[in-house]
Amino acid sequence: MELAFYLSGLVAIVATLGVIVGTNAVHSLLNLIVSLIAVAIVFFALGAPFAGALEVIVYAGAIMVLFVFVVMILNLGQGADEQERLWLRARTWLLPAALSLILLGTLLVTLAAGDGGQMIGGRTLTAKAVGTTLFGPWLLVVELAAMLLLAGLVTASHVGRLPRDRRDDRKGGD
Amino acid sequence: MSWLTPQVIDILYAMFQAIVILLGAVLLGAVMTVVERRLLGLWQDRYGPNRVGPFGSLQLIADMIKIFFKEDWIPPFADRKLFMLAPMIAMASLLLSFMIIPITPGWGIADLNIGLLFFFAMAGINVYAVLFGGWASGNKYALLGAMRASAQTLSYEVFMGLALMGVVGLAGSFNMREIVQAQEGLWFIVPQFFGFCTFLIAGIAVTHRHPFDQPEAEQELADGYHIEFSSMKFGMFFIGEYVGMVLVSALIVTLFFGGWQGPWLPPFVWFALKTGFFLMLFVLLRASLPRPRYDRVMSFGWRVCLPLTLINLLVTGVVILLDTPG
Repeated sequence: MELAFYLSGLVAIVATLGVIVGTNAVHSLLNLIVSLIAVAIVFFALGAPFAGALEVIVYAGAIMVLFVFVVMILNLGQGADEQERLWLRARTWLLPAALSLILLGTLLVTLAAGDGGQMIGGRTLTAKAVGTTLFGPWLLVVELAAMLLLAGLVTASHVGRLPRDRRDDRKGGD
Repeated sequence: MSWLTPQVIDILYAMFQAIVILLGAVLLGAVMTVVERRLLGLWQDRYGPNRVGPFGSLQLIADMIKIFFKEDWIPPFADRKLFMLAPMIAMASLLLSFMIIPITPGWGIADLNIGLLFFFAMAGINVYAVLFGGWASGNKYALLGAMRASAQTLSYEVFMGLALMGVVGLAGSFNMREIVQAQEGLWFIVPQFFGFCTFLIAGIAVTHRHPFDQPEAEQELADGYHIEFSSMKFGMFFIGEYVGMVLVSALIVTLFFGGWQGPWLPPFVWFALKTGFFLMLFVLLRASLPRPRYDRVMSFGWRVCLPLTLINLLVTGVVILLDTPG
């Protein structure tokens, strides 16, 4: 299982690099899908098959399909590839790469320091603490936010529908 | 023979099972292409292919020879990598799903705890075959077919999952073997009748079989996403569709009709008979129903099937809660 873990981790890293340096949008998306499936296998290897399956179903199976769908409708073509290639020049990626390196350095130093590293707030918030706070004292606010999202969905569907006269046109074709 | 320990024998036996089930699934898919045409002929008052061999039984071999020897052509305007990848995904993702189906108490490849979720994951991956195939062809009919297919599959996968959650709730497990064992006294078709109806519809839509084959509608799209594919690449899409049909039939049998269970006959015969019945049903649907308009298919999915599955899930939940002691 350790072999599966390291191999799929390697695949995930290589595929994600492919997403960043790729110039063809659809190929980049394919790389991202491969990367997500590799992460799912990492979950399997770690003994969390449920999370792995959900990763494939939700991310690879639903969200990425929408991405691919939109990119295909845009029908990018050769021009977009050229533009991407221009954006990958050294002076474009040097600054973001340097910033990312600083973050990587910070991460490594923190990992090396171990648990002993003193947090600024004095204690670490766990996922459970976040959950109990959200669904305990702040339950009403969470529900209100959910209603806001629902209202947004209804608005989007209202804005996106066909005007009344065009709808009648379509009915006429029945 | 010191290396032939019980452990090694177990592994070899599991590999043997896996290979037999793999070959069985592919062969059954291939045979269905001919059986379907004969049955369509029967139901439409004509003969169907009956020239090659006795009663047309060698038609399959003739078709295979024809498909193998056709020119394997990749259009110059196609995206080569994705063009080659698409048929592989089409066939592999569906074949992998056979892994979770328990055929008899002793036969079956993987006894996964997340069994049913594995099928959903593979069905999700299968969408890419059509999407990439349509896009990589560089052909507008293929692209239109791919658009239709992906929108249709996404919509129907939503309630395909929800339709099966009633079964999962009643069995208390995602494990296919446990689902079959939970149907000991009563097949799930009775308490989950609406779940069965919606899953059947979703299963037909996800494998884009008639009457949900708008992605490939000949008269509008000239065959949709696989229009540019020839030879074995087309063959893989073609067999993939029938493998999907076999898969959905086997899943319906496992989830709603008690899998291998039944009186008198051995378990394998029961499983084969039930699966065969649903394969015939798929063909009968194609023989008898006209193809609805594409927007009708979409609104039927969202306005009828989705609310139905939600109500079914709600009622199932209430019943399970009332049944639970304490």
